[in-house]
Amino acid sequence: MVSSLEQYTAWKALMVAGEPTTAWQKFYVQFYQAFIENDRWQQYINGVGTTLLVTLLALLLGIALGIIVAVVRTAHDQQRPGHRNPVLSVLNAILKVYVTVIRGTPMMVQLMIMGFVIFASSRNYVMVGALTLGINSGAYTAEIIRGGLMSVDAGQMEAGRSLGLNYADTMRFIIVPQAIKAILPALGNEFIVLLKDTSLISVIGGKELLYAARGVVSRTYEAMYPYVGTAIIYLLLVMLFTWLLGIFERRLRASDRR
Amino acid sequence: MIVVKDLVKRFGELTVLNGVSEHFKKGECVCIIGPSGSGKSTFLRCLNLLETPTSGEILFDGVSMTDQKTDINRMRQKMGMVFQHFNLFPNMTILNNITLAPVRTGLMDKAKAEQEAMSLLQRVGLADKAKNYPAQLSGGQKQRIAIVRALAMHPEVMLFDEPTSALDPEMVGEVLDVMKALAMEGMTMLVVTHEMGFAREVSNRVLFLDEGNIVEQGEPHNLFYNPQSDRLKSFLAKVL
Ligand SMILES: Nc1ncnc2c1ncn2[C@@H]1O[C@H](COP(=O)(O)OP(=O)(O)O)[C@@H](O)[C@H]1O
Ligand SMILES: [Mg+2]
Repeated sequence: MVSSLEQYTAWKALMVAGEPTTAWQKFYVQFYQAFIENDRWQQYINGVGTTLLVTLLALLLGIALGIIVAVVRTAHDQQRPGHRNPVLSVLNAILKVYVTVIRGTPMMVQLMIMGFVIFASSRNYVMVGALTLGINSGAYTAEIIRGGLMSVDAGQMEAGRSLGLNYADTMRFIIVPQAIKAILPALGNEFIVLLKDTSLISVIGGKELLYAARGVVSRTYEAMYPYVGTAIIYLLLVMLFTWLLGIFERRLRASDRR
Repeated sequence: MIVVKDLVKRFGELTVLNGVSEHFKKGECVCIIGPSGSGKSTFLRCLNLLETPTSGEILFDGVSMTDQKTDINRMRQKMGMVFQHFNLFPNMTILNNITLAPVRTGLMDKAKAEQEAMSLLQRVGLADKAKNYPAQLSGGQKQRIAIVRALAMHPEVMLFDEPTSALDPEMVGEVLDVMKALAMEGMTMLVVTHEMGFAREVSNRVLFLDEGNIVEQGEPHNLFYNPQSDRLKSFLAKVL
């Protein structure tokens, strides 16, 4: 019985020598060196771990920023005429610039600037990546949340205020809980977009899934299996999360009919 | 109790209220009638500042509602409002709909608020719905809950904006009965309505609003059976 390593070494030698090989032998060698040789599969696994970590961190940061931006901008727009709050106006102007800049420049450029200019001396590429992605996601999430807040019937705010509740309490107990329910599908979608966008942080040295694949390619001079394998892993992750989100949404809708 | 002086409300170019002056006394039940788009809702909503008046003054118990220094949240606690589309909070139970405002504004603690909510629910015959959600109720039930929710704040005046217009005909009566009982107890009420029967039997006074002005007003029987202006005559001819 030949071990898989011996088999690989033997067939690899054939290929290097330019001897004729079967399709099966070629597949075996390339697959082996892409995933199994030197336990390379561990690099992919670690890459997936980093990918998920960065996605989660960026999502949380994005939601936090998104809530701040959305609430400030909505509160600003909902002020009564003649009751303009100057602090709110300044904040609103700043946040508008933030949203405009982030949505008006490519994510790749933002990553380059964060990684090679602002945090040029940092070695913690993963954190810089998560930070950049989070700041980017915040600008989009803000619009999702703002849309959610605006989708709640105006009569809800009026009912709350007519009872004597202040703006903050009405938002907290009445508007926001209804808005969250409305935007969960869109937030789920943002999560999936983020998951795929984490692949960009490999350009600043973030050791996520694509970075692992690129490492393997540079050592084996063989691109197909590492990259196609990476695509399949992303696809499986996206399908998994889409399925989980679907279950979650159905649960929510069921609770609507209680 | 409520004094309105020269109230003007414009939406951009459109003048909806064109200098309305009126005085509402404690314990009065006043019905406001008029064609659709005549500014009835806007008038009511200006009183508790859901709409900001363009000019004019509103005094509530002598306090100017439009004064920048007035604590508007505190003033609104004294003015209950009931909307055409109920506007119950779908994300919470009936009980929480009712107790949220009294508890959050510090009017009473949770236990007291719940106890009061239950006795109010008893009064409108819906005590068994306390743990339900608004989506599980009929329109008439929702509107009775909305009235209870406003009453839970112990308001001095209740504003009703077409409370029965969104209801199926068979549910109108149950809501009007609750309003009638409220009027009998001496609650000060301002009611925008198309229910001429209610206006005639329950109200002390009827205002006819048309094109942003109070065109005519008076004791209901007089107003309905002896209208003076042509506009009221033609309006009554259409609705009676
Ligand atoms: N928020 C608003 N913006 C612009 N126009 C409005 C607004 N609210 C009401 N209007 C207009 O004001 C007029 C009076 O409306 P409303 O007070 O609701 O009348 P009614 O309740 O008597 O039917 C209508 O022409 C309506 O279109
Ligand atoms: Mg109206």
